[in-house]
Amino acid sequence: MTKMFKHLFSLLAVFALLFSLGTEAMAAKKSKTLKNTQKKGFVRCGVSQGLPGFSNADASGNWAGIDVDVCRAVAAAVLGDAGLVKFTPLSAKERFTALTSGEIDILSRNTTWTLSRDADIGLTFVGVNFYDGQGFMVRKDSGINSVNDFKDGISACTNIGTTTELNMRDFFTSRAISYEPVAFEKADEVVAAYDAGRCDTYTTDKSGLAAQRTKMKDPSAHIVLPETISKEPLGPVVRQGDSVWEDLVRWSLNVMIEAEEYGITSSNADSMKTSDNPQIKRLVGSEGELGAAFGLDNEWSLRIIKQVGNYGESYKRNIADTGILPDRGPNELWTKGGILYVPPAR
Amino acid sequence: MKRNRILPQAITLLFIILIFGFFAMNAQVNMENRGIEFGFGFLKQEASFDIQFSLIEYDGSHSYARAYLVGLLNTLLVAFIGIILSTILGIVVGVARLSPNYLIKKTAAFYVEFFRNIPLLLQIFFWYFAALRALPMPEDANLLLGSSFMTIKGFYTPAPVWENFDIFFITLILAFILIFFVNRYAKKKQEQDGKQLPMFLISLSIFIGLPLLTFLSGGFDLSFSFPELKQLAKTSYTFEGGVGIPPELIALALALTLYTATFIAENVRAGIQGIGIGQKDAAASIGLTPAQVLKLVIMPQALRIIIPPTTNQYLNLTKNSSLAAAIAYPDLVLVFAGTAMMQTGRAIEIVAITMATYLSISLAISLLMNWYNKRIEIKEK
Repeated sequence: MTKMFKHLFSLLAVFALLFSLGTEAMAAKKSKTLKNTQKKGFVRCGVSQGLPGFSNADASGNWAGIDVDVCRAVAAAVLGDAGLVKFTPLSAKERFTALTSGEIDILSRNTTWTLSRDADIGLTFVGVNFYDGQGFMVRKDSGINSVNDFKDGISACTNIGTTTELNMRDFFTSRAISYEPVAFEKADEVVAAYDAGRCDTYTTDKSGLAAQRTKMKDPSAHIVLPETISKEPLGPVVRQGDSVWEDLVRWSLNVMIEAEEYGITSSNADSMKTSDNPQIKRLVGSEGELGAAFGLDNEWSLRIIKQVGNYGESYKRNIADTGILPDRGPNELWTKGGILYVPPAR
Repeated sequence: MKRNRILPQAITLLFIILIFGFFAMNAQVNMENRGIEFGFGFLKQEASFDIQFSLIEYDGSHSYARAYLVGLLNTLLVAFIGIILSTILGIVVGVARLSPNYLIKKTAAFYVEFFRNIPLLLQIFFWYFAALRALPMPEDANLLLGSSFMTIKGFYTPAPVWENFDIFFITLILAFILIFFVNRYAKKKQEQDGKQLPMFLISLSIFIGLPLLTFLSGGFDLSFSFPELKQLAKTSYTFEGGVGIPPELIALALALTLYTATFIAENVRAGIQGIGIGQKDAAASIGLTPAQVLKLVIMPQALRIIIPPTTNQYLNLTKNSSLAAAIAYPDLVLVFAGTAMMQTGRAIEIVAITMATYLSISLAISLLMNWYNKRIEIKEK
């Protein structure tokens, strides 16, 4: 590609990057994203267009879900109020462009952490808030009880622009099964088409299958097959190049998980200030100077725990009590047989 | 005086250059800050996703460039089908709107007003999900025309299996050449002694007769592979063999046709109404039959009015076909500006390629239609 062409195409970049003018000039000591957020008075957060348990808006427009809680935690830490979040619903296709172009500052939208996404396209994954894996849903009366029952000619409904599409190919190709992929842009249309009988199976992350099943005409007429065909660590994402903001989002999530580990909840957080355990005292801000690293006061983590709750509370409120996935599976703390293990906040 | 004209233009030009230069610089700085590199090398990488419907051989082991081609061909396919069908329907409805029959006239008017005033995306959703609700599952499908099945998973029809396809193709080309020369001869003959040959019948018989003759003499062979029901699981079936046309393509082509035909119908009506009534009377008075009046006098003049706005409708239809993404028809936008963009993250490159592609398709259609328009223009002698 000649230099001239390069410039010509750079012109078109205006569509994606025009409004991100100088959100991150040089790596300033203080985070520009953080400064802008404080100036605006709200956190700009990209979420899904409606996935119960992760990010879903109720009839009056209030967002809830474990992905939503990550953004609320950051708002509580930075602005002092977990309610100061502006949510932008995004399709799988739009999400990364919205983040890199500066339309949002955190992407918390059940997004799988992969090498190419992390390293290649100007994004940084800050952690994992849900360990998931891809599965298949079929109609209960279809007689399919396992992926081993799949035969040539099966049609599979899914979303475009997701790792699901790639895993699906790996799965069917490695088993030499010919299949018809029917890929929609929006999840609601996938569900509608599958529910109408367009496809024999619907494939996405298992948590997504469990959540979407609640939206179907007759949820009990569908089953999720036992097999898991991929690793899908879902977590929040930020733009590459603002390491202070990146650390802030990472540790807002980590604080929620570690608070659960030490038994700090939204109701007992204040009384924990006088605990004998120094790590608990650090988490609720009565010891150490952890907030200073981000240019925040020392009660930032206390606000997260008090206003949003620890990870266990968030999971129970959004995913277990709503009947989506009552069993925490791998998303249990490492001390209780799961794989949730975060570096210590100290 | 002259300087007065140049100066404002020079300032405007400078301003435009500065604006675009600023955009380019800004994009470059932002991309550098985020560690995004610009380039088209990704087109050679393995796409590693499958596409539901493809006119050329494709699977996930092919490159992104190949996936682009699949999307492009699918876009061209639905645009082609849409343009042909909406033109036919548009002409029929446009003529029907001028019918002296009250019922036909009002039905045509109702159709036009109804379909052109509902957003296209809604119509696409309606046809797709209405079709999905209404169509039977494969195992319940009825046999149509003794060979095809219309099911929720698509329209299954026998596939032609050719033997010596090249001979058939050559015969077809020969037939066209023959028709061309016979037509030229007929025209000359008419100019010489005024006699007219039934050219339509002659052309049709050459078009059908020549390949038929080759077929009967064993030059090529044609058989069909029929779709057969196949059980996938206890209550789950599909069809195997034959050609399967996905319901997404059918719904999209249907919606585009019904929507665009309303506008073309109005163009046709305007074209015919734009011809003075005296023309018809004059033509009839020199002894032309009603069919000849329409073919030789009305249509050539009406076309001059009809073609330019209809070109716009063809362009609209082609661009509107990008709404395919909503119902999973794998067109250029869904495959390339959708899946490929997500998997590679090359938003700027892919959007640029996609824009350039639509621009090229539109310019090509414009060029073709302008050429046709020039041909039928009044030639002043």
